[in-house]
Amino acid sequence: MITLEEVRRRAEADAKTYGYYLTPQQDLLQGFLEGLKTNEDRYGYPLCPCRLTSGNFEFDRDIICPCDYRDPDVAQYGSCYCRLYVNKKVYESQNLPEVPERRPLDKQARAYGGEAAAKSTPAGGTQEKQPTTAKAESTVKKKLWYCKQCGYVVFREDPPYVCPVCKAKREMFAEIESSVEFNG
Amino acid sequence: MNISKVAGKNNKHKVFVYALSTCVWCKLTKQYLIDNNIEYEYVDVDLCAEEDKQKIRDTITSKGGMLSYPTTIVDDKVVITGFRKDQLKESLEI
Repeated sequence: MITLEEVRRRAEADAKTYGYYLTPQQDLLQGFLEGLKTNEDRYGYPLCPCRLTSGNFEFDRDIICPCDYRDPDVAQYGSCYCRLYVNKKVYESQNLPEVPERRPLDKQARAYGGEAAAKSTPAGGTQEKQPTTAKAESTVKKKLWYCKQCGYVVFREDPPYVCPVCKAKREMFAEIESSVEFNG
Repeated sequence: MNISKVAGKNNKHKVFVYALSTCVWCKLTKQYLIDNNIEYEYVDVDLCAEEDKQKIRDTITSKGGMLSYPTTIVDDKVVITGFRKDQLKESLEI
């Protein structure tokens, strides 16, 4: 079981690496760290304490803290969705911004009963009943993506919003198409 | 579904909070209601069974809410997403 101190140290180290700060309000910070610890004890990985999780690693992968949405959110609003990670300006002003949810609805819906739920969510409200076998689909389709700027390669459902190596934007990622041919 | 009721002197409005047990903003919302003596009910969605989560999703989205937490529903119609003191104050008349 991970200790609260380990969760804190890991968050501090990550903030430092990326040039961020942890939220300046100590009571909030304590709450975020406790939430992360609870989720790590519960699921085995530090899921975002502010989002509903499915408990399925593949479905939750984008919201393991630091989540996929942190970098674009800090760049746009000065803070991540939870307001655990903030930029220098927010840290110094202590004014925490409102940060809307960036996570796409189809991914949010996975926490409410798998792919079948994801399909019935969009506007229109047609609650078509999926065959029960649809729910058994518990993996996501992963692809190989590479950063056209630095060559970083990642095997995931979607490319990252920001390249973790060279900071290029998502648009700089392209899918690596591979094919296998049999001769003779 | 494990719905908890918190007693308060002010029961002028029907208040229901969809929360997460790990979420700081949800805790602050609950505490804000307690501090203002508001009677309310809440459910920690992350601790619910799968079928209850689906029902909760349908309820929140049918009222035009987003699937963010906390979601506070006042009198079955006003949906407040996030810990928004200004909006809570206005709709609860405090």
